[in-house]
Amino acid sequence: MTGAQIMVESLKKEGVEIIFGYPGGVLLPLCDQLYDSGINFILVRHEQGAAHAADGFARSSGKIGVCITTSGPGATNLVTGLATAYMDSVPIVAITGQVATHLIGSDAFQEVDITGITRPITKHNYIIRDVHDIAKTVKEAFYIANSGRPGPVLIDLPVDIQRAEAKFEYPSKVEIRSYNPVYEGHPLQIERAWKMIEESKKPLLIAGGGIISANASEELKKFIETAEIPVTFTLMGLGSLPVDHPMSLGMLGMHGTKYANYAVVETDLLISAGARFDDRITGKVENFAPNAKIIHIDIDPTSISKNIDVDVPIVGNAKDVLKKLNEKVKPLAKKEWIAKIKQWKQKYPLTYEKVALKPQYIIEKISDLLPEDAIICTEVGQNQMWTAQYYKFRRPRTFITSGGLGTMGFGFPAAIGVQMANPGKTVVDIAGDGSIQMNIQELATAVYRRLPIKIIILNNGSLGMVRQWQELFYKKRYAYTCTENVQPDFVKLAEAYGAIGYRVASMEAFDKIIEQVLNVKDKPVILDCKIAQEENVFPMVPAGASLDQMLEGLA
Amino acid sequence: MEKNNRELRSHIIVISVENRSGVLARIAGLFSARGYNIDSLCVSETEDPEISKMILTVKGDERILEQIYKQLNKLIDVIKVLDLTERDFIERELVLVKIKTLNSEIRQEVMQIANIFRAKVVDIGKKSLTLEVDGGTSKITAMIELLKGYGIKELVRTGKIAMAREFTRKE
Repeated sequence: MTGAQIMVESLKKEGVEIIFGYPGGVLLPLCDQLYDSGINFILVRHEQGAAHAADGFARSSGKIGVCITTSGPGATNLVTGLATAYMDSVPIVAITGQVATHLIGSDAFQEVDITGITRPITKHNYIIRDVHDIAKTVKEAFYIANSGRPGPVLIDLPVDIQRAEAKFEYPSKVEIRSYNPVYEGHPLQIERAWKMIEESKKPLLIAGGGIISANASEELKKFIETAEIPVTFTLMGLGSLPVDHPMSLGMLGMHGTKYANYAVVETDLLISAGARFDDRITGKVENFAPNAKIIHIDIDPTSISKNIDVDVPIVGNAKDVLKKLNEKVKPLAKKEWIAKIKQWKQKYPLTYEKVALKPQYIIEKISDLLPEDAIICTEVGQNQMWTAQYYKFRRPRTFITSGGLGTMGFGFPAAIGVQMANPGKTVVDIAGDGSIQMNIQELATAVYRRLPIKIIILNNGSLGMVRQWQELFYKKRYAYTCTENVQPDFVKLAEAYGAIGYRVASMEAFDKIIEQVLNVKDKPVILDCKIAQEENVFPMVPAGASLDQMLEGLA
Repeated sequence: MEKNNRELRSHIIVISVENRSGVLARIAGLFSARGYNIDSLCVSETEDPEISKMILTVKGDERILEQIYKQLNKLIDVIKVLDLTERDFIERELVLVKIKTLNSEIRQEVMQIANIFRAKVVDIGKKSLTLEVDGGTSKITAMIELLKGYGIKELVRTGKIAMAREFTRKE
């Protein structure tokens, strides 16, 4: 077999059915093999779209997303997508073409050292220099991507290796002596943790993205329901439990709910499961959870004691550790604490004024109309934070957003991957007028594939989140953030691509059309919602402030 | 280990890695990306040709060292990380130093110093004399300090190599 054939057969052995990619010169042998392989190759319009689509595919399905691009610019265009997946622990395998081995290092046409470039933003990467290594490398790459703390893995495949011949033998198992992820937490640490939980008066659990990637929602639910421990979510943890669960406090951190942030300040025992104490969660580190002991459950030892000193570290998979905790769990009846939280929830709800067409209203309405299994993608900025605050996520893997890297332009191509992985489900991209333009070219992909993605643009004619910071912290000097005069006509734009476009500017008009938009079945649809430029995301903890120093403003 | 010890200390870390291309770049990249400093670095093959050892001298407080240890272990190609500072170990470093010796009087003096420090004369010319010295840090530092007075023309060091002693616990 040729190297290209071996690559395709290896991908099949890994169960790959869908690949997002873009062809190119040194990728010709592989593209030719894929052409009639039975694998569904989704041609994107920009390689960044391929990486994000593979990412959305992976986040929404739990399977590994695969993207393939050519060398040079094809490879460098993957960089943002790989970094996004790396920050949010998403399993992706990216395959890039490379110039022939004898040309490597000669600055050949479309040559770039992509393994060098992606070293800090992949979990691991390879360049294959021998056709006999292809099968083994693919096996390893898939294993590494989706074990331990998941992450992207890149394989660089020179064109002459794609053409070289070897016998195809796919290894049945992987052994990497230097890579042995720990899944089960240390029993003594778990014992200590439970004792601490029993002795605590005001326990609080932070559920992070680790709950979702470990599929640990059931275990989490049993644990917090039995012990009656209030739960707050990081952005990545939303959906791990229904946000309207009686024990739920919604999201914490910079744009978290007041009651979640108050609970963090007051708790005497913080249990973090699958979260990594990002600066958007902690605010000023010195004042974070000042009264609390901390139990930190994380699959990645480097996450523990990185930003916050921890009292009981437990290295392990959230699912396995919670299972073990569930063997000990019993009702703790911290009634006073629960009552206090209930009071906070009543006293400080998330609110906004229902005048004119409000982004919060748009999201609440969509949330009310859609079934639990609908999947919501977002771009980054105000659109993302309003969605996190006002959409009632009830199931894991229904909220797809770029948390760690904060990649504008992520949501729409990710939605393509999501829709490919979930053909029957409603997929929505909540976007801003800024970020949707960062990967708008993928409309062509979605139209061609007849993907009924609903793009809801919260159009405030500005780069809203940065504009908000300028309003609050830069004396209202709106440097480079107001774009209303140089906007495309999103309705015409949708139509130009063969999609559907609507525009609304009032609550009534929105109410009238939204159900129709959500019911489109065979092509993408843009709903351009004109909202006020001055609309801000509140509450807000300014960067570097403590969690109880929240800015308010009636939104 | 004192958790909140923020005192900067020098550590010798021995990393066993898969002997593959790109591994050094991964390690060096990790240090620069995370803002840790490497004071010295020594890389070579070991008794097992598939394994290389990297011996690093790094400075940091407890938290930084803990992160360095964990981050190194996270790299797929890293087999084992050992912080020798916690143990009993042997360290060596080799230094070549070229000293200005414009007359025989100076040459004699330098050779005497060399003798005392068990350094070898490895090259001699009309205007200079080159010494080779090996040993631990304190010895090498002491000798270099003395030689500075004569004018050092060039100095190269291998960086430290080190090895744990056979395990003996003093109790």
